[in-house]
Amino acid sequence: MAHAHKLEIFRGLIKFKSNTQKIWGVLVFLTIVTAVEVGLGISKPDILTANTFLGMKILNWIFIILTLVKAYYIAWDFMHLRDEKSSLRRAIVWTPIFLVAYLIFILLFEADYIYNVFKDGYVTWNF
Amino acid sequence: MDSTVATSTEENVWGGGNRPLGASYGKLMMWFFIVSDALTFSGFLASYGFSRFKFIETWPIADEVFTHVPFFHGNYPMYYVAFMTFILIMSSVTMVLAVDAGHRMMKNKTIIYMFLTIIGGAIFVGSQAWEWATFIKGDYGALETKGGRILQFVKADTGERAALADFSKTLPSERVDHEMKNGVWFYKGEALPSYTVNEVTEGLKSNPNILIRTETINSEGEKTLLTREESLNKIKDAKLVVEGANLIRNEYGSRLFADFFFFITGFHGFHVFSGVVINIIIFFNIILGTYERRGHYEMVEKVGLYWHFVDLVWVFVFTFFYLV
Repeated sequence: MAHAHKLEIFRGLIKFKSNTQKIWGVLVFLTIVTAVEVGLGISKPDILTANTFLGMKILNWIFIILTLVKAYYIAWDFMHLRDEKSSLRRAIVWTPIFLVAYLIFILLFEADYIYNVFKDGYVTWNF
Repeated sequence: MDSTVATSTEENVWGGGNRPLGASYGKLMMWFFIVSDALTFSGFLASYGFSRFKFIETWPIADEVFTHVPFFHGNYPMYYVAFMTFILIMSSVTMVLAVDAGHRMMKNKTIIYMFLTIIGGAIFVGSQAWEWATFIKGDYGALETKGGRILQFVKADTGERAALADFSKTLPSERVDHEMKNGVWFYKGEALPSYTVNEVTEGLKSNPNILIRTETINSEGEKTLLTREESLNKIKDAKLVVEGANLIRNEYGSRLFADFFFFITGFHGFHVFSGVVINIIIFFNIILGTYERRGHYEMVEKVGLYWHFVDLVWVFVFTFFYLV
């Protein structure tokens, strides 16, 4: 695989001439994404914090989506999953995604239930 | 049946020598490790989410906790963590460049890039140590109530946080730190905080500019500020002075917050540390020409995978600890 790098990112929107150039390109992209995250985290625009989607602030959804975008490019270009066989890539990516999605679903629902018990139930915890 | 056929071992499914995933044994094992380690970290972060959702109304606001930058005074939320994130991404980049140079068998370039990667990792670990030290030392100090809730103080006119030292009275009392040299038998005593609950209470009573802030987050996403009367009433519940953070209690709010902070960033920091150590070993191997003789630099690639994984985890820790 050493000499078969795929040099396109954004589904072929940007093509790089060499692998080194692609690495720097991805760095620029990741830096921009991080800068956007930090900028939003400091300014916290009212529109994004006031509105919620599925019980979570829009701002937090943006953070999580941007994180997944960053994770994708780290895995695909830095860990060069892009150049691996698709069978290996799928085995690596979908196994944790499935298990983690399941875990998050269970734990967050359970936590919300406990929160409601503390709030509405006959349980005193703040003396 | 297969092993007896000598002519077609390459083609044979059961004869061995197949590489259906197109990756060497070592690389596959590294991926196995990374996937399982990713699940461990996910478990930690998911349990952090569990505790946070459980106490969603009282969870500390990260922007108010991590506000320091080395060598600068004042309130700079997040800048330093953003810097740390950038350092780690940057050292990931030098790592990929090292892997790339290794593929092209350029020994000297690989050495330089590996060196830069190690430096980046060292800066990151150092920053994390500083972050820990600041977190443990604490900022303003707070009181803890009977129910384990944290009460913080705010200046009414400016809305800024008030440190205990800003308003507490000094009352004459006999409080002495228990030291090893004074005991016939050494037993451990807790270090005394700078002020007693009594001194803080008297300070609050005599200083009309100080209000209490509870842990509860109001509809604007800020901590609830009590009025003067409510503050004077609330302080009667206070039992303990809390300064800084440890595994039992912390001045920032929910106890679990500090526990998860120590555990998750500590576990990640340990990964970075071991990554740096492994990088150093590989670095010297390159200098000694081990991979030149071996004919390929796959070892650099394998350690690179681990290093990128550490970066990947940090991206998530950054989001869930500092941003969300």
